[in-house]
Amino acid sequence: MLTTVNRLGELERAIMDVLWETDTALTVREVSARLTERNLAHTTVMTVLDRLAKKGFARRQRDGRAWRYCPSATRETYVAELMLTALDQTGDRTAALTRFAQSVSGVEADVLREALEVIEGDGGVDEGTG
Amino acid sequence: MRGLADAALLAVVAIGSVHGASALRQASWPRRSPAAAILLWQALGLAGGLAAVGTLVGLGLPGGGPGVVRSVLHLPTAFRVGGVFRVPVPVGAAGALPAVLMAFRLACLGAGLALLALLCWVLVASSVAAVHARRRQRALLTLLAHGDPKVPGALVVDYPTAAAYCLPGLRSKIVVSVGALELLGRGELAAVLAHERAHLRERHDLVLLPFTALRRAFPRSATCAEADRAVALLVEMLADDHALRALPARELVSALVRFGTAGVCATPNGALAAAEGEVVARVARLLQPVRPLPAGAVAAICLSAALLVATPITLLIV
Repeated sequence: MLTTVNRLGELERAIMDVLWETDTALTVREVSARLTERNLAHTTVMTVLDRLAKKGFARRQRDGRAWRYCPSATRETYVAELMLTALDQTGDRTAALTRFAQSVSGVEADVLREALEVIEGDGGVDEGTG
Repeated sequence: MRGLADAALLAVVAIGSVHGASALRQASWPRRSPAAAILLWQALGLAGGLAAVGTLVGLGLPGGGPGVVRSVLHLPTAFRVGGVFRVPVPVGAAGALPAVLMAFRLACLGAGLALLALLCWVLVASSVAAVHARRRQRALLTLLAHGDPKVPGALVVDYPTAAAYCLPGLRSKIVVSVGALELLGRGELAAVLAHERAHLRERHDLVLLPFTALRRAFPRSATCAEADRAVALLVEMLADDHALRALPARELVSALVRFGTAGVCATPNGALAAAEGEVVARVARLLQPVRPLPAGAVAAICLSAALLVATPITLLIV
């Protein structure tokens, strides 16, 4: 079950990569053509594109008898959405994620840089259980 | 007048919890034993909430009866339509109560039940919001993230700023940005992974959730905001401690400092600005480790936490 889920996710990524790499909207056939090394059935590509459209990641418009697909937003837009919500730029912590560390500025940054110099100069830190 | 005495005791617990929160925030011992401090924070939150609800409901109920919870359950029979005016009169009251007192009692009862409903609601709403947010995160990660041998078991995203976080839940994930991979050395990356794994293993997201919910219920309360921030910092310190079991402190400190001084800060709003002092606090704590609290002190704290929660529960039920 898990491998099926993983494989589906992998296919979604591969197909989105194709869409992101192309400037024009593509038909199912054109997407398949760009994924020849994967040996995918036409119906598989169609199903995945359909899923991506339903999830909102891809947009489609009719072109004669076929559908043409393009990404809903650039990859950078999605990366920004991912990272900014994860890093909780709203201060809301909706997703209850814990991020490793905040980046600091001003006086705090100077204090940290001094600490770094101490560590690098020292070659060691008092080991303790904290 | 037992009802009134109960309400007074509950009020003491409620007000005491708020003062306790203030005292705990300013204390210096929590950094020595973050787990014990978190337990106490949880006790303060739970006791305070229960006591506040209990005070209001207790004031609204007729005196001389059983505990608050049982009284509420018997509420429909306790009120009887009385007289020509069809005004509900609590059974057991000596004659008709003055209308003002009646109104006050009903208002208190209403307020108490409303507060209980609010607290339950924000807890549910925060949980649901968290689930949705994580689902969206997972969908995006499927499309955007890939593995990297430098961070086994974690996902990497093409983001230039150094960042690392974990996505809790059943299908938990650790996410690291390309910026972080370039910034940190092998040992430092291992320290970051160990820290994030500790968050996932110990389900720190569940520890934080009630405090996020409380903040959502009372967005303008300084006490709730401080409690949330304090627990968040303690949770980070706890994860730092766990990471130290596997790696030397030097790597973790180094990773923290590089993260802290690397990024370009978005214009900090109030919440972010406050968070900056926390990185420094964590680094200071790791550089000059303090002795953990002695076992006796920890036991005393656990006992206090238990008593704190038991008091309103006992008053409410018995």
